[in-house]
Amino acid sequence: MGRYVVRRLLQMIPVFVGATLLIFLMVNVMGDPIAGLCGERACDPATAAQLKKEFGLDKPLWQQYLTYMGNVFTGDFGTAFNGQPVTELMATAFPVTIRLTIVAILFEIVIGITLGVVTGMRRGRPVDTGVLLATLVVISVPTFVTGLLLQLLLGVQWHWIQPSVSQAATFGELIVPGLVLAAVSLAYVTRLTRTSIAENKRSDYVRTAVAKGLPRHRVITRHLLRNSLIPVVTFIGADIGALMGGAIVTERIFNIHGVGYQLYQGILRQNTQTVVGFVTVLVLVFLVANLLVDLLYAVLDPRIRYA
Amino acid sequence: MRGATHARWAAGAMAVALAATACGGGGGSGEGAGVLSSSWGDPQNPLEPANTNEVQGGKVLDMIFRGLKRYDSKTGQAKNMLAEKIDTPDSQNFTITVKDGSTFSNGEKVTAKSFVDAWNYGASLKNNQKNAYFFGYIEGYDQVHPASGSQTADTLSGLKVVNDRTFTVKLNQKFSSFPDTLGYVAFAPLPQAFFKDHAAWVSKPVGNGPYQIDSYTKGAQMALKKWDGYPGQDKAQNDGVTLKVYTDSDTAYTDLLAGNLDLVDDIPASQLKNVKKDLGDRYINTPAGIIQTLAFPYYDQAWNKSGSEKVRTGLSMAINRKQITETIFQRTRTPATDWTSPVLGPEGGFQDGLCGTACDYNPTEAKRLIQEGGGLPGGQIKITYNADTGSHRMWVDAVCNSINNALGNDKACVGNPVGTFADFRNQISQHKMTGPFRAGWQMDYPLIQNFLQPLYYTNASSNDGKWSNAQFDKLVDQANAESDTAKAVSTFQQAEGVVRDNMAAIPLWYQNGSAGYSQRLSNVALNPFSVPVYNEIKVS
Repeated sequence: MGRYVVRRLLQMIPVFVGATLLIFLMVNVMGDPIAGLCGERACDPATAAQLKKEFGLDKPLWQQYLTYMGNVFTGDFGTAFNGQPVTELMATAFPVTIRLTIVAILFEIVIGITLGVVTGMRRGRPVDTGVLLATLVVISVPTFVTGLLLQLLLGVQWHWIQPSVSQAATFGELIVPGLVLAAVSLAYVTRLTRTSIAENKRSDYVRTAVAKGLPRHRVITRHLLRNSLIPVVTFIGADIGALMGGAIVTERIFNIHGVGYQLYQGILRQNTQTVVGFVTVLVLVFLVANLLVDLLYAVLDPRIRYA
Repeated sequence: MRGATHARWAAGAMAVALAATACGGGGGSGEGAGVLSSSWGDPQNPLEPANTNEVQGGKVLDMIFRGLKRYDSKTGQAKNMLAEKIDTPDSQNFTITVKDGSTFSNGEKVTAKSFVDAWNYGASLKNNQKNAYFFGYIEGYDQVHPASGSQTADTLSGLKVVNDRTFTVKLNQKFSSFPDTLGYVAFAPLPQAFFKDHAAWVSKPVGNGPYQIDSYTKGAQMALKKWDGYPGQDKAQNDGVTLKVYTDSDTAYTDLLAGNLDLVDDIPASQLKNVKKDLGDRYINTPAGIIQTLAFPYYDQAWNKSGSEKVRTGLSMAINRKQITETIFQRTRTPATDWTSPVLGPEGGFQDGLCGTACDYNPTEAKRLIQEGGGLPGGQIKITYNADTGSHRMWVDAVCNSINNALGNDKACVGNPVGTFADFRNQISQHKMTGPFRAGWQMDYPLIQNFLQPLYYTNASSNDGKWSNAQFDKLVDQANAESDTAKAVSTFQQAEGVVRDNMAAIPLWYQNGSAGYSQRLSNVALNPFSVPVYNEIKVS
């Protein structure tokens, strides 16, 4: 187990270097970021040269990358164009996005798995058909439509919520944005759980459990669900990274100042330091989440062992 | 039947979730009775006066700073603010006397030194100030801010402190309207705290205006409160302003409708159709000092040969400005008939109809002129624009449609979008334009000079198309040296006539500032810079 974890951690290093290098190159391909700083006019050449020097943009690209990586390992992610250290931006943005992701994942787990179990146990019945249709609708409607619609109905028409999330972004305020963010994945979780449950329902160990005279809820939770959750856990694990980085649309609609907002602004202003810094952290989150998912397999299914 | 039960259960869960949200969301605003909240964008640069060149940072500086002059919020006229008097014998040497009794909100007196130190800081190359070129008229700028190499002086030789309240400015050329430029934020005074502990000052700027900054969370919000001890006449009529950063102006608008926000000063284009129905008379739409034009790349021979002025004039006549401003912009733009802005007023140099027939829609004449001028270079023009902000795509497509219809050729004009503003500026500065490109100009100060010289003078800072005309340059020099304002303005208008005869850039429309506000507010207005006049807003 220990060796397995170490091996996986070591594998992360090339992935990490490759991902950061790619992002670094892509942002640089977009051109000279200084040009956008002076509004509708050309920066005067002297100031532009001075700024380039300050941000290290006058050096060749490989040198920029090496300096950047060197700084990253000492915890310095550089400075954004407005003079704020990127670490400061991260300290304000990540807690907000993590809260949003937690809300979204909770929705996926609670509603998604419950609906999945219910429909899986009652395959072909009206509940099943109804939920299936509903998930189809949710999957096919884009996030910004659900987001704007809920915002308009609940925020402006009925006054149940504030249309935008305040600076504090408490859990309470993030419920609706979290639901919007989770909607599509929630539908997938439902469908995955349903298929898995329906398949395993007929398997030998379930029949044995029933034959032993175990109560129905115990058969479902201890035997059936535990085995059926493996594909679902894989999906949710991968989704953590996707939700954190992919919240740009939801964060824009509800004016949440999280990771998506910082990335959006970083890209618009071609701020290499911000974009690479945030993406680097997202890559790490993704890698760690994947590792945790793999370790969870062993917990869910004792037949899986890591050496 | 079971399906129904579950649907009800789901609806119940939703209701519970929403009830919890409603409780959590309530405390969001948390403001006092006399404080208003207003939409904001994250300033691109640190909030230093000589480093702020966009409207969002400018908004804050406008509240916390007062300069020597201030532009009237209605007429745009430059009026003395902190300046007691500004004298000049020759339009080149100026003696400026600062009013007595003005202080910064930290108690420090505003003296002649506050100005001189601030200007020296702004001009100095090592401080990376993006508005440094505003000090370019002051003698000694070349040493403090050389075009290349390192600076040989730290202070401008043209600035001298005479006594506590007086200082002199020597310019490197005659510039009669120089005093009128001093209302621009780059010329604001700075307290000693700015130089002593710069990092602390930038995280919470201290100025001499009617407001002071209470708290500032970068990228999220800034709370400004009324400065009770403000010695000036234009005291704040409300208790404070909370500026909230919005990523999307649509969300700000929705928040306004839901009563979660008091003032939105950028109505998104997509909402212009509904805004009158939603807000009634709480919607304002007033002229601002912004003009949109199409500039041309004169470094490209195809656009810089004899006859091509006919092609440009023809293109101008092929654009149906009236239709585009009415349908796409819902009258938040006005068809342009000169190269300045109505906010200048007739005395300031705005001349309605200076463009004449060249700006009237006339497809047959357009077609004839373009043919006479040798046709479109390469048979097709591409209008380059940045697609990330400002809904530029809509109007560029409409302009192209209008040109195509006029010329009876579906492929005469196409849009050429560039992903980001930075990349767009990049391509412009590297002279990569091959056809007309979007050029927007927001005035720095309400003078006709500001609409002409930076844009069309040879090698001027915003002359992106590198247009150059000896006659125009000569007239501008003459106008700048002219001490009589009326004569200076009419000479500038003659120079504008040169721009027209060569159709150096196609004027499209004057942009209005638009804003909407909640029922709590009254006396809301936008100044000619399309910034709300915050200190006059009353909160009930």
